[in-house]
Amino acid sequence: MRQGFRQSMAWLHTWAGLVTGWVMFAVFVTGTATYYRADLSLWMRPELHAGPSDPVPAAERGVAYLKAHAPKAMAWYVSVPQPDRPMIAVYWMDSLEASLGQAMLDVETGAPTKARDTQGGDFFYRFHYELQMMPVLGRWIVGAAAMILLIALISGIVTHRRIFADFFTFRRDKSAQRGWLDAHNVTGVLALPFHLMITYTGIVTLGVMYMPWGVTAAYKGDDLRFYVEAAQTTTWRPAAGRPGEAVPLAPLLARAQGEVSEPLEMVIVNNPGDANATVVAVFEEPHGLAHQHPQIAFDATSGTVVERVEPLKPAAQVFTSFMGLHEAHFASTALRALFFLCGLLGSATIATGLVLWTVARAPKAGEAPGFGLRLVRGLNLGTILGLPIGMAAFLLGNRLLPVDLAHRATWEGSVFFGAWALAAFVSLLRPHRRAWTELGLAAGFLFGAVPVVGALTTDRGLDFLAFDAAMLGLGLALALGARKVSDYEARRQAARPGPARVPEGFAEA
Amino acid sequence: MTEISGPLDRARLRRGWRYRSAVAARVGLAAFGGYALAGLATAFLSLTLPMVRSEAVATATLISFAILAGAVIWVFTARTLLRAALGLGLPIALVGLGLWLALDGVAMGPPA
Repeated sequence: MRQGFRQSMAWLHTWAGLVTGWVMFAVFVTGTATYYRADLSLWMRPELHAGPSDPVPAAERGVAYLKAHAPKAMAWYVSVPQPDRPMIAVYWMDSLEASLGQAMLDVETGAPTKARDTQGGDFFYRFHYELQMMPVLGRWIVGAAAMILLIALISGIVTHRRIFADFFTFRRDKSAQRGWLDAHNVTGVLALPFHLMITYTGIVTLGVMYMPWGVTAAYKGDDLRFYVEAAQTTTWRPAAGRPGEAVPLAPLLARAQGEVSEPLEMVIVNNPGDANATVVAVFEEPHGLAHQHPQIAFDATSGTVVERVEPLKPAAQVFTSFMGLHEAHFASTALRALFFLCGLLGSATIATGLVLWTVARAPKAGEAPGFGLRLVRGLNLGTILGLPIGMAAFLLGNRLLPVDLAHRATWEGSVFFGAWALAAFVSLLRPHRRAWTELGLAAGFLFGAVPVVGALTTDRGLDFLAFDAAMLGLGLALALGARKVSDYEARRQAARPGPARVPEGFAEA
Repeated sequence: MTEISGPLDRARLRRGWRYRSAVAARVGLAAFGGYALAGLATAFLSLTLPMVRSEAVATATLISFAILAGAVIWVFTARTLLRAALGLGLPIALVGLGLWLALDGVAMGPPA
């Protein structure tokens, strides 16, 4: 908070960026990985082979399983096999308060799957917006951090005098602080439209949760009614309280499919076994930006159509397009790769900004760094390199944990957090400058080990060639970066002898 | 980013509790005042925008985060804490009054 508009914005950018940086770095990195959620999931379930399957028999098998295992549930959800998840996923809701029950079933038999118990790519996806905490708390933390990041972006743009010139400016050798500042500017400015878009659309994706007051005022808090009127879901019919005999499922699904050109994605049965039960056929999003699934609801006992989700109205179209832009389901291979690169640039912007904070505050030679500086340095290192170490360990854990281990999916999560915490802790015990090199090499080694361990523990030939190449590339990039940092620091120290001239600042690198 | 020189910064750190409490007050004002304004504006616009209510709610919710961002920027730009508080309090009072009137309208007959 200094005098003048630009000065106060510079202050705001510095501090908003710092307090939100660590959480948002983790959110950006895991979100970027989530662009390849399908590929991660397939790699993490090597027992399954991707391939087309007929959705209607799969839906029938899912419903049969739920009839046997959750007959008293309020609602059943059967997600038919997807290219990235060759399994039937069934969920059931016992009450509005209880968490959903779930099971993964074999496509052919409808029995619980023999594939290893793992969250697959969903682990990073859920971490991205819930941090693997209690969902409500995690979502609020991520939302608050994203809002502060939006402020940091706006104030960062204001602070900038020369956005265009910064495209072409990289003064690595002028001084440590200059180099980091330019790196921060280049990565920030190059993908600035993406950074703004992804932050705002991310907040909007959970916008009704963060800002429920419109629904409170206009719908007296009945958010289900809002979602029905906004053409996002079908009406919930209360149970009649007496049993009813449901008509066969397959003809209903065939009739629904006759009206919709997209493939079937999910079948929902509300109040199963009740006289007032409904069956909702949910289809995949049509091609385009907006995030809306065509849905047709049937009366389960008579088989008549009771509701069709209407086309989107303009504001709802914009709202759902924001969500669609964030998730990038529409993106083909090339566009997805571009989103992925932009996500990496965003992660790099945050990382360089965090490092820049410490470089700009480096103590003079002979002065001991204060507590604040040491804390930020430790958190920077523990986050920027600790997280990739955790992610690589998570993938290795997927291959190395025994397949029949109880609560295996939870163990994989523990490997992720355990490796991350261990890396962050070890880095505190080592001299700070050397710790960057060492952790960078460790992260590179772990990513490089993923394809090797994968090849040794699974028998899938060259099925995962692209995935393995990406892991090797990541590992090489991390290891080379670590090498470069240690070389560069050694050269600078050699070039400037004398105790007073040691450029302490660059030791961050 | 403007350049920040080390010594200047340490001087700022030493400025003591007066500076720190001023910062804390602005952070609090920005977070709670900004959210209050954005939340009230969302409710007000949801009831008054000339569209069917689901559209009004979607529009209001979409722009609420821009309102929140603008309010926060204002709080940290205002020259004094008092100006920041007044500049935020006045719109809160106006939107709050508007919401109160609009809610009255809802009680008499729902718009949608």
